[in-house]
Amino acid sequence: MSAVRIYVPRETSAVSVGADEVAVAIAREAKQRNLEVELVRNGSWGACWLEPLIEVVHESSRIAYGNVSAADVPSLFDAGLLEGGRHDKRLGPIDEIDYLIGQERWTFWRCGLVEALSLEDFLAHQGFRALQKAWDMGPEAVIAAITTSGLRGRGGAGFPTGIKWRTVADADSGQKYIACNADEGDTGTFSDRILMEGDPFGLIESMAIAGYAVGASKGYIYLRSEYPLTHSILGRALETARDAGWLGDNIRDSGFDFNIELHLGAGSYVCGEETAMLESLEGKKGIVRSKPPLPAIEGLFGRPTVVNNVVTLASVPNIINLGGERYAGMGVGRSKGTLAFQVSGNVRRGGLVEKAFGVTLRELIEDYGGGTASGRPLKAVQVGGPLGTYLPAHQLDTPLDYEAFADIGAMIGHGGIVVFDDTANMAQLARFAMEFCALESCGKCTPCRIGSTRGMEVIDRMINGDNGHENHDLLLELCDTMEGASLCAMGGMTPYPVRSVLQHFAEDFAAGPSE
Amino acid sequence: MTQQSIDAQAVGAIVQRFDARPEMLVQILVAIVKEHGWVSTDVIRQLADALNLSRAEVHGVVEYYHDFRTRPPGRHIVKVCQAEACQSMGSHALVDHAHSRADDDITIEAVYCLGNCACGPAVMVDDRAYGRVDPERFDALLAAAREARS
Repeated sequence: MSAVRIYVPRETSAVSVGADEVAVAIAREAKQRNLEVELVRNGSWGACWLEPLIEVVHESSRIAYGNVSAADVPSLFDAGLLEGGRHDKRLGPIDEIDYLIGQERWTFWRCGLVEALSLEDFLAHQGFRALQKAWDMGPEAVIAAITTSGLRGRGGAGFPTGIKWRTVADADSGQKYIACNADEGDTGTFSDRILMEGDPFGLIESMAIAGYAVGASKGYIYLRSEYPLTHSILGRALETARDAGWLGDNIRDSGFDFNIELHLGAGSYVCGEETAMLESLEGKKGIVRSKPPLPAIEGLFGRPTVVNNVVTLASVPNIINLGGERYAGMGVGRSKGTLAFQVSGNVRRGGLVEKAFGVTLRELIEDYGGGTASGRPLKAVQVGGPLGTYLPAHQLDTPLDYEAFADIGAMIGHGGIVVFDDTANMAQLARFAMEFCALESCGKCTPCRIGSTRGMEVIDRMINGDNGHENHDLLLELCDTMEGASLCAMGGMTPYPVRSVLQHFAEDFAAGPSE
Repeated sequence: MTQQSIDAQAVGAIVQRFDARPEMLVQILVAIVKEHGWVSTDVIRQLADALNLSRAEVHGVVEYYHDFRTRPPGRHIVKVCQAEACQSMGSHALVDHAHSRADDDITIEAVYCLGNCACGPAVMVDDRAYGRVDPERFDALLAAAREARS
């Protein structure tokens, strides 16, 4: 009898709640019972609330078991785990799980499905097919496909990717670069991480396509240091790709050279801002550069550089494989395609949900998320990271669309959605926004560097009931100054969460200091 | 992880690993902190010489990044996430609890997002992430770390 394949994710969330221990327990239990199993370490399907989520291959179906602990393993074997036997933790075939069925997995389709570090598995799932197709199409047609797709930067700014690539392709320079922004500093976001841990070769292929399209022979990945497991997975994938000739000079005799260097950040939030990231890649302090010049003209080491977020890049191979029109056919208005929304915080079923734009917050939080984890009423939702607006419950029907969000003074950013129940003290969260800005400001511009500290002080006075009205007006004025006069989004958008609290949850300022 | 001064030879080896390229300063410091825990003034001096940078330049970079500690940490570094998603799941209480457990062996640091937001509150002990951490689980993690000694 051949070994039964059991998938146990090696992905930060799964490992953080015991996936490695489950893998060890399965191997030990199988050995004791003289059964042959083959452990496969895949990435995450994004259903973080079910982690550790393991799957057993039985009669060509993958039977899932959720929230498995090492202590469950003996009883799972007793229940006939290897034949997909009945057990409290059994969820049924993975492709029948509600959470996954309704998703539109354009970018994350390989995550969870494949063994993350197996080049063979990657190749068996269309790996490097888009790169080879790109070589047949030629750079112009590749850029045209990206432009047609309407893909916009998924890091948060939403800039059209096709225009960025065109600018770099047209720039006259011997050396150009692809800089992949994997700094994912926005709190409440983890889609880059899930992609890199679940489909690292997919990112490598995406960067190579970008390099081919714009004429860049070198790529950098700037990965945040808070992701050590990602670093190890990505490092091994890069090595495997190099050894197999998918990176390096004259890749697969195509005449195309492309290499990738993996850099680590060092705990600075601002380094997720593209110009600060370039400074950091050059070995310097992550201080924001004034724009212009745009990085597409003068980027890394002064050379034309494509700076794209992980998810932006990872959306590319399917655009090449299936065509830009297909991608543009999803979504609403000028928000084309899909976004990997990350639902977290006080929510029952937190995780990653890739859907076409136009889905509402309510669908994501109630249908997917299952409401608050505490069971208490929802009070607020922060969308788009630490610089994102706090939305009250009555705005949950807003469709996720860049423009619709801009219309209500909010932003989608990198797609993080953090849920709070009615115990949240919004005044404290407004203070936290200023505190975070004070902590992370690069210090180059005054409104951000000093405004954030003054903002904390003003909010403290309001919370302490000191001259409420006057301080309210002062805080609004400070928000105007920061928004209008800061160099980058750090100082420029910190007012978003603060203003939204003033607008929707003003009563929390009167609640006084929390204990 | 040493509590004492960092071996100049070891630093030299790290610099060579990056071909003494000044643009690799951040990466060199990342490696030094990973392997030695912190950056001393001697190290700053040595790096400035080796990379042909001014001491002020190196010092500026060291001061800029949160990860580059300028004091030796304890044997174990415990990062407790204090960002919004973990706050919504009660991380305030966990942070207070964590600080009550700090001693010479255990350094508690704040971190603003470990990207484990759907399994909060999140903690990292010596580069390993843990999710759904309550005070009880926190104590068990610390006990295990102390036992392993690293």
